[in-house]
Amino acid sequence: MLLTKMKPEFEISEAHERKETALDVKQLNIYYGNHRAVKDISFTIEKNAVTALIGPSGCGKSTFLRSINRMNDLIPGARSEGIILYEDVNLIEDNINVVALRKEIGMVFQRPNPFAKSIYNNITHALKFYGIRSKKKLDQIVEESLRKAALWEEVKDRLHDSALSLSGGQQQRLCIARTLAVNPKILLLDEPASALDPISTAKIEELIMELKKEYTIIIVTHSMQQASRISDKTAFFLSGELVEFDQTDKIFTNPSNQKTEEYISGRFG
Amino acid sequence: MNSRVANKIATGVFTAIAAIIIFVLVGLLSYILYRGFGKLTLDFLTSPSSDFQAGGGIGNQLFNSFYILLITMMIAVPLGLGGGIYMAEYAKPGKITDFIRSCIEVLASLPSIVIGMFGMLIFVNLTGWGYTIFSGALALTIFNLPVLVRVCEDAIRSVPRDQKEASLALGITHWHTIKTVLIPSAFPTILTGVILASGRVFGEAAALLFTAGLTTPRLDFSNWNPFDETSPLNIFRPAETLAVHIWKVNTQGLIPDVQEVADGSSAVLILSVLLFNLLARWIGSLVHKKLTAAK
Repeated sequence: MLLTKMKPEFEISEAHERKETALDVKQLNIYYGNHRAVKDISFTIEKNAVTALIGPSGCGKSTFLRSINRMNDLIPGARSEGIILYEDVNLIEDNINVVALRKEIGMVFQRPNPFAKSIYNNITHALKFYGIRSKKKLDQIVEESLRKAALWEEVKDRLHDSALSLSGGQQQRLCIARTLAVNPKILLLDEPASALDPISTAKIEELIMELKKEYTIIIVTHSMQQASRISDKTAFFLSGELVEFDQTDKIFTNPSNQKTEEYISGRFG
Repeated sequence: MNSRVANKIATGVFTAIAAIIIFVLVGLLSYILYRGFGKLTLDFLTSPSSDFQAGGGIGNQLFNSFYILLITMMIAVPLGLGGGIYMAEYAKPGKITDFIRSCIEVLASLPSIVIGMFGMLIFVNLTGWGYTIFSGALALTIFNLPVLVRVCEDAIRSVPRDQKEASLALGITHWHTIKTVLIPSAFPTILTGVILASGRVFGEAAALLFTAGLTTPRLDFSNWNPFDETSPLNIFRPAETLAVHIWKVNTQGLIPDVQEVADGSSAVLILSVLLFNLLARWIGSLVHKKLTAAK
């Protein structure tokens, strides 16, 4: 681990139920300039589970997601305060090695964004940066990650075609494969299926169910059905606040907060 | 006046403006080519120019033009690319960046004769080199740099943001992302810009009058040692380019066939510039296809 170690300022809460904790969020605030986009949220994210973040547009769920792997650093004026604890390291600290962090915590974006390179090179792009040169090793990782992303059978005969020749759904699975190739522990998915047709969406959801065996997955979604189908835990965000966080079944059948109920039953948002 | 009439008038006016532009271009091109085309023989293109007698060619001038262009681009492209990368990727919005941008704009609007005079003071007199290809190339670099910085900056900025995010999100450093994602994507646009800038440099005369000089020493085209006095590759020799040659024969030429030489040279110059433009489009689209569509 290249991340700078830092002692937590307080005891980590006793292991949440029997599940292990992947991320521990404490009093997290995120600002864009003077605007507070995420307000004092605290919750824990379990290992090898799917956590869905739901809420209306502008509620801060994507902002929160992007703060985990520090993609918000690219936005001028964005800053975070508080704690996101990952393996005893606070990811919000300035002295974090973000390059190493992003290797551990991968991200897939809303719009499929393969590089304008071949399918093969899309996957080897990061591997080459990490110094893997052996053709055999590269071939092996390409195949492995494409298999994990359920794309291998569709593209194995045209690995050297442009990634842009793939359909939107295939491109998105390629983006997932590309992220898996660097062997992350946590996957951040920012509305990964919102730009896709229903069949591609179903494939992505199937894939997420498969991937949670090995990875911790946090997914932002606008689709209630999607959240209820694939997630174990659901967090409901509203105007930057975490309104409710619970087992997905509970949120969708018997939410404890009035606002949550109104949102999931479609009365606003 | 109702809106339909206004619409018709607007359409008419803009069509007329377009027609004027095309008319000027076609008229200019066909006139120059008509006057000069008869001169375009292999002998004219390859033989050295003569000072007093008729029948001289433009061989040396043509070589000098391409050679100065090459040297200029070898200096200007790395600088322009570096500047463009800085402006697009590293410069933080603020007073300093605004100041740099104004500097680039002022530099871009300097008349080339002023750059020529400046070049003479610095690259010819101060350095003590005298009129040399290298001095000319440095003056042309100043002339050309703002455009190249702009082209490279715009090209890098126009790469979709999500490409950059994708690479950074994989745990790849900023510099490696610039090197392996942004520049390859921006390459076709950069290449087109460089070739178009080459056309401008190729036709430039004023910046070279006092830096690369108005004469060419006797060249020995069998001597390719760049450090030799008579070698065409020697960058510390004076070199009259094609554009400068046109100016010179027209203003102080003593040869009896001034008119023909000027016409022929102009035709060669304009054909070259035209060629640069066509090449820019062709190579640009070719590279674009190669990089994006693979097959």
